[in-house]
Amino acid sequence: MTQNWPLWEVFVRSRRGLSHTHAGSLHAPDAEMALRNARDLYTRRGEGISIWVVPSTEITASSPDERDPFFAPSADKPYRHPTFYDIPEGVSHL
Amino acid sequence: MTGTDTTDTARLTGATAAAALALGDDALILSHRLGEWAGHAPVLEEEVALANIALDLLGQARILLSLVGDEDELAFLREERSFRNLQLVEQPNGDFAHTIARQLYFSFYQHEVYGELARGDGPFAPLAAKAVKETAYHRDHAEQWTLRLGDGTEESRSRMRAALDALWKFTGEMFQPVDGLDGLDPAALEQRWLAALTGVLDRAGLDLPQGPRTGAWAAGAGRQGLHTESFGRMVAEMQHLHRSHPGASW
Repeated sequence: MTQNWPLWEVFVRSRRGLSHTHAGSLHAPDAEMALRNARDLYTRRGEGISIWVVPSTEITASSPDERDPFFAPSADKPYRHPTFYDIPEGVSHL
Repeated sequence: MTGTDTTDTARLTGATAAAALALGDDALILSHRLGEWAGHAPVLEEEVALANIALDLLGQARILLSLVGDEDELAFLREERSFRNLQLVEQPNGDFAHTIARQLYFSFYQHEVYGELARGDGPFAPLAAKAVKETAYHRDHAEQWTLRLGDGTEESRSRMRAALDALWKFTGEMFQPVDGLDGLDPAALEQRWLAALTGVLDRAGLDLPQGPRTGAWAAGAGRQGLHTESFGRMVAEMQHLHRSHPGASW
């Protein structure tokens, strides 16, 4: 029975947070039940105010084999970080 | 169940206490039945869902029983005939369809009762205002499963139909007047319950069960302390730890 139920990825938006973050995954027969199971599994202790569920098969993930071409080139480009600005005196909250 | 902060609350007396006992026993006994699914539910996700509902009910039971007396004494040291719960909630879990049918019948009733109590200004209003949010979810859970079992496979449909039929004779008891809940109109309650139930069963492709719900051929005297065969065993299991080790705590 469980083998036939698809896997869903659960994203929960916490009380203070602004974006949904990945909380985990679960099995459910359909989207409505996935949402309810997610409520029971991942928001029992007041963790969330909003839930998304996404079929795991709908997620396209980058492959570990492509790690170098994908991510390595950004490692030696420090000029992409906003660290080369002089902050004027008197700006206290930047 | 030690550590409650309601021990100093003013205790209810008379008919109001009897009503608290009836509502509290409903919640306590159904909570225990649902807890029996732990380790046995068809899937892990559903096990957590049933346990969550059981814990909601246990929380309601603790508050209600504490309004009457010591919650531990009431839960663990009363004899079978002193319990005032509906016979519906003590019915064994059976297969998953039986559990869902019991949830469907009871949570639709409980939601109506707490909704009514929350609108009033009696001693149960604060509790009911909180509980009605919980029962709304219990209702939704039972409804979602009824739709899926009724509209699922040939087997799930026949099991759901059998479960609805088997428990139907216990539903009339919910609409007997309860002392201390005089503000509730049982006839109006029953009408709303029937309408809501019929709506769900229609969408699930299931018929409203036929057969008597009241009178000589129906069951239901739990509110008077008369219980069905399996209840004694359930009470023994629920109470044996406390009776073997009086006063034990974690």
